[in-house]
Amino acid sequence: MSAVIDPHHAGHGLTDHHHGPAKGLMRWVLTTNHKDIGTMYLWFSFAMFLLGGSMAMVIRAELFQPGLQIVQPEFFNQMTTMHGLIMVFGAVMPAFVGLANWMVPMMIGAPDMALPRMNNFSFWLLPASFGLLVSTLFMEGGGPNFGWTFYAPLSTTYAPESVTFFIFAIHLLGISSIMGAINVVATILNLRAPGMTLMKMPLFVWTWLITGFLLIAVMPVLAGCVTMMLMDIHFGTSFFSAAGGGDPVLFQHVFWFFGHPEVYIMILPAFGAVSSIIPAFARKPLFGYTSMVYATASIAFLSFIVWAHHMFTVGIPLTGELFFMYATMLIAVPTGVKVFNWASTMWQGSMTFETPMLFSVAFVILFTIGGFSGLMLAIAPADFQYHDTYFVVAHFHYVLVPGAIFGIFASAYYWLPKWTGHMYDETLGKLHFWMSFVGMNLAFFPMHFVGLAGMPRRIPDYNMMFANFNMVSSIGAFMFGATQLLFLFIVIKCIRGGTPAAAKPWDGAEGLEWTVPSPAPYHTFSTPPDMATLEAHRTDPRHD
Amino acid sequence: MTEDRQTRRLVLRLCVLVVAMFGFGFALVPIYDVMCQAFGINGKTAGAYQGDQVQDAERQVRVQFLATNAADMVWTFGPQADEVTVHPGASTQMIFVAYNPTDKPMTAQAIPSVAPSKAAAYFHKTECFCFTQQVLQPGERIEMPVRFIVDRDLPADVRHLTLAYTLFDITARKPPVAQATP
Ligand code: HEM
Ligand SMILES: [Cu+2]
Repeated sequence: MSAVIDPHHAGHGLTDHHHGPAKGLMRWVLTTNHKDIGTMYLWFSFAMFLLGGSMAMVIRAELFQPGLQIVQPEFFNQMTTMHGLIMVFGAVMPAFVGLANWMVPMMIGAPDMALPRMNNFSFWLLPASFGLLVSTLFMEGGGPNFGWTFYAPLSTTYAPESVTFFIFAIHLLGISSIMGAINVVATILNLRAPGMTLMKMPLFVWTWLITGFLLIAVMPVLAGCVTMMLMDIHFGTSFFSAAGGGDPVLFQHVFWFFGHPEVYIMILPAFGAVSSIIPAFARKPLFGYTSMVYATASIAFLSFIVWAHHMFTVGIPLTGELFFMYATMLIAVPTGVKVFNWASTMWQGSMTFETPMLFSVAFVILFTIGGFSGLMLAIAPADFQYHDTYFVVAHFHYVLVPGAIFGIFASAYYWLPKWTGHMYDETLGKLHFWMSFVGMNLAFFPMHFVGLAGMPRRIPDYNMMFANFNMVSSIGAFMFGATQLLFLFIVIKCIRGGTPAAAKPWDGAEGLEWTVPSPAPYHTFSTPPDMATLEAHRTDPRHD
Repeated sequence: MTEDRQTRRLVLRLCVLVVAMFGFGFALVPIYDVMCQAFGINGKTAGAYQGDQVQDAERQVRVQFLATNAADMVWTFGPQADEVTVHPGASTQMIFVAYNPTDKPMTAQAIPSVAPSKAAAYFHKTECFCFTQQVLQPGERIEMPVRFIVDRDLPADVRHLTLAYTLFDITARKPPVAQATP
């Protein structure tokens, strides 16, 4: 188990006695191999990240100065809406499904996902869904312009014609993520190698199991929500139309019943990934594994009873405000447990700061800042001031960019050697990290200030007094955006060559995925690994 | 293959969960309505009130009236007075006037809402034009009554409340029936 394994013979390594991948394009269309599908998910997600990112560049270019310069308000609204939808459903969620496809079977010693053909189908629904969604931009009347939260009646009575295609796109991507979630849950519950008990699973597997259940529970509610919209628009019902006895506020309840668990869907897998990465580079086992599992489970549970913190200003009764305020603050407790566990893992560790670790440490620090602004927003009376301002934008970008996205970058750098068989360029990786770090803080930190001072979100123009901070934000955003092309370059360079990677390129890393050669052969664990020997092996100091 | 069978059973269960949650999304609609009714939240008022109350001559409550047109609604619509002062328990009437300035017959629906929302459960309408739809012929004008009782149990800290109507054009949904020939 070391660097002497020749990557060209890896396909005939200890676990593999099948044929390799098919040749040509059809390999990708018809594949049922979890690694192929994982790769496709990751590339798809990256393409969406760049597309959604370009829209963010349009937004920041318009906001570079006060006044209207570059785009019309109608188009600006389409940009904010599509940016949000593409980043949430096209970039972050598929990236995690891609990581799950690649890593979950390898981490639990399974030969593949439990439902390989469904796996193929759930991936290929995504290009269809986003093709449809993006095509609405070119339709008469333009694409969705009602915000990624698509509140009715703005998204029903006052929506552009293309809203029907938007609804259909949401249906497709919903079906895709439900099938993906069922697949991951079935794999984790049924395909674990003998001896891989639940409490031995790596935390990435645990967080994905819980995320899978969250997805299965709330994606159908989102589907129901857009179905009601469809019926209001085309079949004369009035779920959300006050004129027919419905209620627009109902929309917000249904949406946020999905929406708040959704934000945890976007962060829990990242929690899992950094819980593997930090111990590897601190060369210490994860502090408080069991508490991590329970903290994740309680976050998931609590996420179902806090949704109305997005609705403090719609006029819910005082008792409701109090309930949702305290329930929301309660989430900070298990989240705090996690942050302290990561910090304790690093405490007195022999830390080195390779790129995955840099992204993970930044994750812990900056995600915590996002958590703090979340706590401020959770104070119901204060939220009357903060709601719908740039402060909210700062909050969710702090939890999503250095949270979800940095978690994905950290995972990518951590496992790239396993995927490609080569080490990535460490210097460029660090450059990518520092440029992203500086860029995102420049872009999003000033938003706290302009938000507190009252700058509303989703408006293409603003008061002169916000001009300086907005210019800084835009410069930071351009820097962050441009840097992501560097990431593309690093990944391509790593695929095409580089120092051959050892089976376990990180000396502190733990887990079954490091027991197979790098690059991981096309089929791994066709026969389940023997956990007992592996564990004996692990305690043997001479290993590796 | 017991493993296959196990997987199939698990997947089936998960699918049931998916369907159940899809249903739950729709179940939120009646749940929401029931909650609003039960707790009188969201300013929603109940249907026609049947009870009768003795008036509380000691206490006075100001009731303000608001009339708003939903977007695209062209009727003129408003109350005859902006405000009345009533005793809880007493039955009071207010007239709203609507006028259709167009050359087409139109149907409208008024949707009431009471603020502060905690007062909604204590605001009873015994008679209201919002219980039905209004059809107005071109140039027609009507007076529409609402008769209400403010409950004697209205929380003591509520000294004035607002009854707001939003008028929606629902001609497309409920076309006015052709006028009977005279
Ligand atoms: C300690 C944990 C957190 C707390 C207390 C919290 C609290 C809140 C509150 C109260 C709001 C509503 C603000 C308003 O609209 O006025 C909000 C918005 C938001 N939060 Fe969080 N949050 C937390 C963590 C997260 C995480 C982990 C994510 C995602 C990874 C997230 C994503 C979002 C998003 C996307 C919105 C804005 C949605 C929109 O209106 O477009 N939050 N948060
Ligand atoms: Cu939330």
